[in-house]
Amino acid sequence: MPFIANTDAQQREMLEAIGLASVDDLFRDIPPALRGKGLKLPDGLGEMEMQARLAALADHNATGLVSFLGGGIYDHFIPAAIEAIVSRSEFSTSYTPYQPEISQGNLQAIFEFQSAICRLTEMEVANASLYDGGTAVYEAIMMALRVTGRNRVIVDESVSPIYRTMIRSYTRNLGIELVETLPTRGLPDREAIREQLNEQTAAVVVQNPTFFGCIDDASDIGAMAHDCGALLIASVYPVSLGLLKTPGAMGADIATGEGQSLGLPLSFGGPYLGFMACRKALVRKMPGRIAGRVPDAQDRQGFVLTLQAREQHIRREKATSNICTNQALCALTSLAYLSLLGKQGLRDLAQTCADTASYALERLLEVPGVTLRFPGRWFFNEFVLDLPLPADKVIRKLLQRGVAAGFPLVRYWPEMDRSLLIAVTEKRTKREIDLLALLLEAIL
Amino acid sequence: MKLIFEKSVPGRRAVPRVASRVKTSAHIKPALLRERPAELPELSELDVVRHFTELSRRNYGVDTGFYPLGSCTMKYNPKAAERVARLPGFADLHPLLPQLPGGETLVQGALAVLHGMDHLLREICGMAAFTMQPLAGAHGELTGAMIVAAYHKHKGNRKTTLLIPDSAHGTNPASAAIAGYQVKSIPSGADGGIDFDQLAAALNPEVAGLMLTCPNTLGLFNPRIKEIADRVHDVDGLMYYDGANLNALLGRCRPGDIGFDIVHLNLHKTFATPHGGGGPGAGPVGVVEKLVPFLPVSIVRERPDGSFYLDYDPPKSIGYIAPFYGNFAVILRAYAYILMLGREGLLRVSENAVLNANYVLARLAPYFDVPVDRPCMHECVLSASRQAEKGVRAMDIAKAIIDRGFHPPTVYFPLTVAEAMMIEPTETESKETLDAFIAALIDLARLADEDPDSFARCPTKAPVTRLDEVAAARKPDLASL
Repeated sequence: MPFIANTDAQQREMLEAIGLASVDDLFRDIPPALRGKGLKLPDGLGEMEMQARLAALADHNATGLVSFLGGGIYDHFIPAAIEAIVSRSEFSTSYTPYQPEISQGNLQAIFEFQSAICRLTEMEVANASLYDGGTAVYEAIMMALRVTGRNRVIVDESVSPIYRTMIRSYTRNLGIELVETLPTRGLPDREAIREQLNEQTAAVVVQNPTFFGCIDDASDIGAMAHDCGALLIASVYPVSLGLLKTPGAMGADIATGEGQSLGLPLSFGGPYLGFMACRKALVRKMPGRIAGRVPDAQDRQGFVLTLQAREQHIRREKATSNICTNQALCALTSLAYLSLLGKQGLRDLAQTCADTASYALERLLEVPGVTLRFPGRWFFNEFVLDLPLPADKVIRKLLQRGVAAGFPLVRYWPEMDRSLLIAVTEKRTKREIDLLALLLEAIL
Repeated sequence: MKLIFEKSVPGRRAVPRVASRVKTSAHIKPALLRERPAELPELSELDVVRHFTELSRRNYGVDTGFYPLGSCTMKYNPKAAERVARLPGFADLHPLLPQLPGGETLVQGALAVLHGMDHLLREICGMAAFTMQPLAGAHGELTGAMIVAAYHKHKGNRKTTLLIPDSAHGTNPASAAIAGYQVKSIPSGADGGIDFDQLAAALNPEVAGLMLTCPNTLGLFNPRIKEIADRVHDVDGLMYYDGANLNALLGRCRPGDIGFDIVHLNLHKTFATPHGGGGPGAGPVGVVEKLVPFLPVSIVRERPDGSFYLDYDPPKSIGYIAPFYGNFAVILRAYAYILMLGREGLLRVSENAVLNANYVLARLAPYFDVPVDRPCMHECVLSASRQAEKGVRAMDIAKAIIDRGFHPPTVYFPLTVAEAMMIEPTETESKETLDAFIAALIDLARLADEDPDSFARCPTKAPVTRLDEVAAARKPDLASL
């Protein structure tokens, strides 16, 4: 049998040591009436057959597309060194470092990841990771409710609609008042938020760049929130922080984000990486694992999981979150990615993305009938175009030519049926952008 | 060992600047830019690779050696599954593709994996349908608790409380609480299982359900499980199965057949995907027929022509709990594993997992206290109470085991056993490995008698000596800024 080491002879020796006659006796606590009658499953496949079967399924997916899809998940290049590092099975086949002395590699990596996230966001402390960018916003909201003792949250509609649907599901039964404010031309509407802020408000949630790709400086929103005793939660795109003003500089109390862009493959939606950073004063209300540094008896640098009195295995129903297994290997991946790119590399990458997007915008606006949905705003690597035809129709036609032209906003905003959200990364070439423009010219 | 930031050399870089492929430069308003670059390390590619290789050598995984961490099912992770996860047809697939008009045709292979896994897990667990959405075991628990709430709301039931035994994982009460439930803890009886009379006394119309791990965290199967399920159902409560210990039952007994209504699985435990140093995992949730309408979106469905599509609009669904379709690459690895094992292979898993645990229990029983004198399932719990009287506590034994070349068992859990040491060998370990581990523990039991003071120094062969977790929490040093 695959992956079983004991031979029949060894099994007999072991049964004898236990004092049992047969393997079936091991299961004598299960009443006969509850025992299964054998699973209706196929026979096992050899490795070669399994590989062939799944390779055939992989071939039923379209991966050769020229893709302008983003929406929070971006197709960045992943250097080979990342895979080599993350494949080290001393990392991948270990678990939560409950025994620190035998887990220093993992714990130091978590500490370095927390440090890298702090440096990237200009926040003071970070945790070891959460599941994804969406659950990270949800956890930040729950944290703000604990910090403030209030029960009202404002989420701007320029925050990812995917995240907002998740937040709605999670808060449905909790007696939390969730208010969603309408943005103005791609950015949060300050007046709308001011009107909604009151003494019951725990937090205002914004995203930068917004789901529409517009760059914001939410410092003034933070100030408004703070005047009411509420927190500012900012969900950010980490690659953009190679260039853009940080949540720390904007006065955010909690910063979260989706870390997929930091070296993780698209993999049809996961595993990805949620990150969370906050002000130091709030750390004891933060969810998730946190590594801390402490010297050993010989004054060598050592690392442990710390502030565990927040966590479910200690506090049970009074814990700050139920999270246990998180995304440690994905956090390691992103740390390796940030280390490899380094200080200048991340900045250059962000600049390349912005430059390429800038060219794409310029070129696509030359297509007759195509207009910018939110003129006068600044963009990083993503923007919304309005087309003279329904976006669904255009996307369908371009898919037939091997191009995923972007994401149709009609999916979440019925009135935006002609709007197309277009993302570029460093992987998109001038030729590919020109191709998109030519194809649009041909059908519009 | 230095932090990676401490190895930084100004001006060094691993990834050279690439000439822009477009002539345009983006000019973003300066007020929207950061004032100075993030202080990330400046290193060569070799510097980075060596740093992480050195870190990896200060870590211990299943591939390094025996990892009997109870409740965590640290079995071998087949390499074939890793290769499958890297196939470009899966790894390069953008999750928004199927949400484009006509996009479903572009991801039929991926949808086939999700659909196929759903059906395999239905058969293995005796459930009507699974969702692949939950991103970890605890996330599955929360999803399950949300389904409990949706079911009772739909029926107009007024339910406030979830019952959870005191031996449960901490995630159970935490998940119940954040789903909006009060938690009532039910004590364990002398047989190590949930106290039946106390449970019966706690059952009332306010009870939304009971969350149970089966076999429980002492590695014990409750022979009265069906009776318990019947009593919970009598008050229209739902039975929730924490799948952390499913490895014991594979092919032998199905949660659905013994009265459970909701099941979460930990694919990284039972179905051999790498634990990753603390994730990523995956926590699919299965339900009985009457709860199917409440499963989260999206749902993979099959058309009569054999093609697959995603249903986003089931009217009673609890909604989105994850952004896309679960931790797809984890699900894919587990799917590959089940395909390789097949019907017979899964049966051999539970047999050998239970055999290995009972062998360890039988061999060590003379040397340590056994809290409940019953055969165990896939893991056994010993107590170091006898050794603690000499000043050698479970934690001391754990640290001493490190010096013998093994990962320690789970200690101080379950909370119902003093000086608990919870050992889960898993089916992939051989008798020779178990014998070596058993010999080490017997020797430590002898040492606890003869030289109890020697434990305080352990571990001596790890990269650091014992670390002061209290000091770390009192003065938290959480980042190098």
